[in-house]
Amino acid sequence: MPKTPLLSVDRLFFERDDCNIFEPASFNVEAGDIVQIEGPNGAGKTTLLRLLTSALQPTSGSILFSGENITDCHYEYLASLLYIGHQPAVKMTLSAEENLRWMSPATTSAPEIDAALAEVGLRGYEDVPCYSLSAGQHRRVALARLFTTEAKIWFLDEPFTAIDKQGVDILQARMGSHLAAGGCILLSTHQDLAMDKVRKYSIEPHSDREQQQ
Amino acid sequence: MSNIGFTAYLKRDLLLSYRRLGEAASPLMFFLLVSILIPLGVSPDPERLAELAPGMMWVMALLATLLSTEGLFATDHQDGSLEQMLIAPQLLALPVLGKVTAHWLVTGLPLTMVSPLIGLMLSLPPVAMVPMMASLAVGTACLSLIGAVGAALTVSLRKGGLLLSILVIPLYIPVIIFGSAAVQTAVDGFNWLGPLAILAAMLCAAIALCPLAIAGALRLVSSN
Repeated sequence: MPKTPLLSVDRLFFERDDCNIFEPASFNVEAGDIVQIEGPNGAGKTTLLRLLTSALQPTSGSILFSGENITDCHYEYLASLLYIGHQPAVKMTLSAEENLRWMSPATTSAPEIDAALAEVGLRGYEDVPCYSLSAGQHRRVALARLFTTEAKIWFLDEPFTAIDKQGVDILQARMGSHLAAGGCILLSTHQDLAMDKVRKYSIEPHSDREQQQ
Repeated sequence: MSNIGFTAYLKRDLLLSYRRLGEAASPLMFFLLVSILIPLGVSPDPERLAELAPGMMWVMALLATLLSTEGLFATDHQDGSLEQMLIAPQLLALPVLGKVTAHWLVTGLPLTMVSPLIGLMLSLPPVAMVPMMASLAVGTACLSLIGAVGAALTVSLRKGGLLLSILVIPLYIPVIIFGSAAVQTAVDGFNWLGPLAILAAMLCAAIALCPLAIAGALRLVSSN
């Protein structure tokens, strides 16, 4: 019997203002898979990720989570996903530690929070209000979630924006251990990943859009 | 603290307001400043002021609440927290109600608390002090809930303030009618519990319906 994929996307399709964003997307993601979503700027990478998180409702098509349609197991699906979007959801007036505590599961202990911040290179900045941190450090606060989360499926939208080389290496190491533990990652980035077995999924702009241009 | 549920959002929004006290206190300052100007602009005559006070105070409280409503979801929308709220595994109405409750605690409640002082400045008759506080406490909670629906609908607009006022003020009308009526009947020496009861009924309906409407509006606005 073939194994049910963790995530199965079937002819997912989204229409905005009567304009089709991309060709219907179909792919499977197994546990341990990392999928890099590629496409030129404006191709719809963020739209696709937001569709997968169910923040957007698709015009047609379906997403199956362990073989079950996500509309039937919505909360279960939401509980097992983690999404870090363009806006890092970091509150400027809160400290790095307060922000991470807010975004982490309720069971996360204080040492775990501190350890996660240390991992992303924010040791010593725990109590600094985020408005006095740099853009890259904001990203790091948001990405520290990767070290506290229990979610299986990660959706990362341009996670390496404003992150330095060393930071990218740390994140890729964390992503590797997540995959080894049976998770999966879908990310959009223009960088080449220094990881094995990265599958690439290219977004095809819809034929309507090409005609318009 | 994790980002699930009513109390989590209530606590966080209170903390955020505490960190930006200047911004959080602006409705209260507006209320105080306008009430200082009224005797100067209208008339310092206590009898004339007493006649105007119930309505005046309600109009000021309404505008002060409206002033702070616009930002209810705006910063969350800008920094991406709103999106995280939408995809958290929870009934969206709960965090929404938590946020609105926090909004009332930092705007409506302080307005209610200082209203006797304002009443004194506008020579509101002493019998009307308790009705004023009671009607403001209940009424501003209604205003926060109704205003939040407008704030949710206009959250993705860059300058949504004007549209928000146009959307929300018609819905504020019943609240201000029964709110000032409660105070006026007390001034006239009648039983003021009737208008207050109607106001309380409005609050019950708003608590039940507004969070659902806000949740729907937020999903609608973020779906394109």
